[in-house]
Amino acid sequence: MKRNDKIGWLFVLPELCGMLVFYLIPFADVVRRSFSRAMGGFSGLDNYIQVCSNPAFRLAAGNTLRFVAVCLPLLLALSLGISVILYRLVRGSQVLKSMYLLPLAIPAASVVLLWKLLFHQQGLLNALLSFLHQNGTDWMNTGAAFGVLVFTYIWKNLGYDVILWTAGLASIPENIYEAARVDGAGEWMCFWRITLPNLRPTAFTIVVLSVLNSFKVFREAYLVAGSYPQESIYLLQHVFNNWFQELSVDKMSAGSVLLSLVILVFVLLLQRSWDREELS
Amino acid sequence: MKQVIRVIILTIFALFTVAPLVFLLTGTFMGNRELFECIAPALGQGDGCASWHLLARFPTLRNVVELLLDSPEFFQMFWNSVKISFGIVLGQVVFGMPAAWGLACYSFRGKKMLYLLCIVLMMMPFQVTMLSEYLVLDRLHLLDSLAAIILPGIFSTFSVFLMYRFFCSIPKSILEAARIDGASEWHLFLHIGVPLGSSGVISAVILSFLECWSMIEQPLTFLKTKSLWPLSLFMPEIQAGNAGVSLCASLVALLPAVFLFLSGQDYLEQGIAASAVKE
Repeated sequence: MKRNDKIGWLFVLPELCGMLVFYLIPFADVVRRSFSRAMGGFSGLDNYIQVCSNPAFRLAAGNTLRFVAVCLPLLLALSLGISVILYRLVRGSQVLKSMYLLPLAIPAASVVLLWKLLFHQQGLLNALLSFLHQNGTDWMNTGAAFGVLVFTYIWKNLGYDVILWTAGLASIPENIYEAARVDGAGEWMCFWRITLPNLRPTAFTIVVLSVLNSFKVFREAYLVAGSYPQESIYLLQHVFNNWFQELSVDKMSAGSVLLSLVILVFVLLLQRSWDREELS
Repeated sequence: MKQVIRVIILTIFALFTVAPLVFLLTGTFMGNRELFECIAPALGQGDGCASWHLLARFPTLRNVVELLLDSPEFFQMFWNSVKISFGIVLGQVVFGMPAAWGLACYSFRGKKMLYLLCIVLMMMPFQVTMLSEYLVLDRLHLLDSLAAIILPGIFSTFSVFLMYRFFCSIPKSILEAARIDGASEWHLFLHIGVPLGSSGVISAVILSFLECWSMIEQPLTFLKTKSLWPLSLFMPEIQAGNAGVSLCASLVALLPAVFLFLSGQDYLEQGIAASAVKE
């Protein structure tokens, strides 16, 4: 046991050293800075109060929250629907799955030009709308920008979530369905009474992963709209970037600590569901 | 009949997801003149709305040639991307693979804690670690060099987590049997762990590569010198003259990622699925 102990540590040590140097020790320093003034000296919760009363931060926190609240149910429902149908499909499911997953491989920089052409006031989307006798809007400079961002997030993550749901579906034993069908249950009945309850553990994981992935939509938002986008898509990530540009270390450190705490809660929830899975 | 309706619904969604690629493909083969006539309104020059031709009326390869032969800065960025992505992925295999093996196959004090730490780190968005990374890179005098992107990237723990999941599914009895036959622990890792966990390693490599290839925040924050920028920061300034080349550049930028995606799709799916359900 003692010897095993040492060997285990030897395997993880190089990685651990790197983690310590590049992430853990500097983050401890950031935590310290969050409680001190830029010039030095203990400041208590001053930085935190300053961050929480900062209007830009509040706007961004609200927007980010709203973004997650709108995107998440949409994405989950859509990807679940698709994967349930896909799962029962006899042919062509592999090709379709690849098509859904493709956006994952497309770098944000490559879609920027296209998004600009699509969502410009005189762009392709409005051309299509006017062809259908509808009025278009200036997508990137009005509240519609929020919708564009939601669309981008779903476009990017749909395939990812479809794969996750499919993995969950595959873990439901087929004989439950067969038994239910023998007892005369229809497809809807099967979906509500068998599929959904059995997907619950997977669902939890998918929710958390999707929340965490929602932070990556910033890439597209930033590339399409720059550092100061339309108000409705001004996200937490924009605030951090702009603080970084101004080198306001005290605000940034307090902000990072706050954000890390929120994420930490999500991660602990995720961890608990994984542990429960391992037990069952 | 029902089956047909289902396929149609699924196909409509699928067309949405691949549409951008189709646009880039068709745009690349349009001449500058044709392209400009199509998109001038969206550039703020001209009335009416932009339009698009799904098949170029006067197909040409001029833009492709111009990009590949006449734009050295594009090449520079392409190589920077290659260096960054390969550097990070290679480092993740060298450091992450043993770590994942150690976590999966040995029990030692602090193991639970370490595993939790890996998950926490992999979930943190860049904005949380931005300041701390900046401080340490500044201290090590690494700012404004490719190492500032590669070194922290190597120790991001997502690949460790993924490989751990796959290593866990190797039956412990195999290891015990090999130990009784007198194999050393290092041998176990090289001759049992690596071959049996190879699908996990490949999944991790593919997912990491895709992530690195479209990396934006890190280079934007830590690299001031433009000649060090990777392709993912190539921000096309579309004007009248170069729209075609910009479109073409967007296409070339995503080709390596899409190629990898298509050739390793099974591994990619396994890798994604591994975080949802236990193998």
